[in-house]
Amino acid sequence: MARARYFIIWKELDPRRRRVFQVFSFIIPLAVWSLVSYCPFVWHPMVKVSDPGGIAHFRVDALVAKEAFFRENAKALEEHRKPAQGVLANPVYLPAPHEVAKSFYKAFVTPPRLPEEPWLHESLWHSIKIIIWGFLISSVIAVPLGILAGTYRIFSYMTEPFVEFFRYLPAPAFAALSVAVLGIYDGPKVAIIVIGTFFQQVLMISNTTQRLDPALLEAAQTLGARGLKLFTRVVIPGILPDVYRDMRILLGWAWTYLIVAEVVGNSTGITWFINQQAKYRIYYNVYAAIIMIGIIGITTDIFLAWLGSELFVWKSRKRSILSRLRTVYSTSRTEPETVQVSHDNA
Amino acid sequence: MTTHDVALPSYLEQSPEVSARFRRIAERPVVLKVNQLGKTFDSVKGRIQALHDISFQVRRREFISIIGPSGCGKSTLIRILAGLDDHSSGEILLDDREVTGPGQDRGMVFQGYTLFPWLTVLKNVMFGLEVSGGTNGIAGVSAEQEARGWIEMVGLEAFADAYPHELSGGMKQRVAIARALANRPRILLMDEPFGALDAQTRAKMQSYLLQIWKNVDITILFITHDLEEAIYLSDRIVVLKANPGEIQEVIEVPVEHPRAPEQFLSREFLATKKRLEELIHPAKDAEDMLPIIRMTQVGDDVY
Repeated sequence: MARARYFIIWKELDPRRRRVFQVFSFIIPLAVWSLVSYCPFVWHPMVKVSDPGGIAHFRVDALVAKEAFFRENAKALEEHRKPAQGVLANPVYLPAPHEVAKSFYKAFVTPPRLPEEPWLHESLWHSIKIIIWGFLISSVIAVPLGILAGTYRIFSYMTEPFVEFFRYLPAPAFAALSVAVLGIYDGPKVAIIVIGTFFQQVLMISNTTQRLDPALLEAAQTLGARGLKLFTRVVIPGILPDVYRDMRILLGWAWTYLIVAEVVGNSTGITWFINQQAKYRIYYNVYAAIIMIGIIGITTDIFLAWLGSELFVWKSRKRSILSRLRTVYSTSRTEPETVQVSHDNA
Repeated sequence: MTTHDVALPSYLEQSPEVSARFRRIAERPVVLKVNQLGKTFDSVKGRIQALHDISFQVRRREFISIIGPSGCGKSTLIRILAGLDDHSSGEILLDDREVTGPGQDRGMVFQGYTLFPWLTVLKNVMFGLEVSGGTNGIAGVSAEQEARGWIEMVGLEAFADAYPHELSGGMKQRVAIARALANRPRILLMDEPFGALDAQTRAKMQSYLLQIWKNVDITILFITHDLEEAIYLSDRIVVLKANPGEIQEVIEVPVEHPRAPEQFLSREFLATKKRLEELIHPAKDAEDMLPIIRMTQVGDDVY
């Protein structure tokens, strides 16, 4: 019976179990990867040659397909030559977890092959700059437009039909055009991010704005607010936390356009690094770079989520660090804090 | 119904004190005048007459309740009075000036509290004062001081810096009342303000409201579907009927002031309640009976 509690629809688990399962969400894929990497009987279709023996075309450390290896060895035995020796291995494009982990560090300290090429951290920073610029340019126009479209019908009708049309056009379709207009450097890359983000952003922000509780607008009107004051004192503060949440989601979408954007014109940033390493067949670096993108993304998001809960205390229903500090400060000097919980029923 | 067994006086009978009070009220100036107000709107079923020929007057510092069966348009009426909806015909005069659109002269308290969740209790109460650009009246008193005064009046000074989500329903509604009163409106419109509260909290809130009404220069128009609440709080009760929403009767409540919960069982109270029951829940019709066949055994009757 105890097991049944995990299968109650929408039933929250206690915090400790929740934590455990959240950790599991990372451990499970890592375990699958380890299984495939470290257990030779699972997959390992190749053999890594440790001693070529009497087989002329085998080299130490070469990867040979399993059947070819055994076929050549059988042939060598027939012809009374020394058989080759080796261990089962995965293809070069599937490095083991520890190799990728090692390259996390090594990739940063390995100098680029050519002196004019960027280091990994320079590539990453370049990518982050493209994202920041693209997202910033898009937001500066889309957020006000979305809020206006969500508030006043005239803006809604004047923007949304076209935006609905445009958001179906894939951003990469504008690659050639943006190179023609903006050159081959960072201009077209930023443009792809902007095109990919902007139209979704207008619609999302407009939608969020329309979800404001109309009763709040009515209450404000009966209190004497009208026109611009309704807009600045009710609409804007009322939707701010939800707009902020939208922005977090949209920032994630902006990242998904990065890889496409960075091959437009001259290849740069983390995409250049990934493609370069793949070209040299250093696949553990490729994996490391991909995982780095994920880590940057999730850390940014966790940080922004935390920042949001501090900024919009009334929405997150917790006490901000500031107010907690204030409490500590005041209690250390005066009487104990009065508990701010609603114990009164009326 | 117990009221059938007890010999009750007519709800029209008034003690000398009560009728003297009504005579005094009649001498006061009229604050709100509603003349032949009508409201129609178009729906898929055609044109619907939501309100028809509604006329009544509210005098200064009167407490008037509007009750009626569901669908009688009482909420539509109060929304029109607040200026949140348009009317189709007739006119509304507040201090002899025609009402168009919402304004600070008519405060409103909603059933759903409608506190601004991003503002603290203090800032919520200051909202009206701030959008109107300063205090309403007393010179030399800042909006914050004035708001604190109102918060103190509803007994929530300890919660001035709390956010609405930290408050219980009753506390939220007290803040909403303070927020509406801070604007010093001519009339306070209340749209089923205690409808979402549990019975005990509601009783407490009714008592608070009577205390506020006694001590603040305010006229109150109160919408409710709770007959006892209407009798307990009001000077007069406007009874509406549905389809179309029309005034059925305006009842002068014969229960003496000051009001107390013990009066719920007084003869005047019950007489008024009986009358309201007759108006709002007329004799049972066939619609109320469900077409249920018997599914229990003979002899297993509950009554």
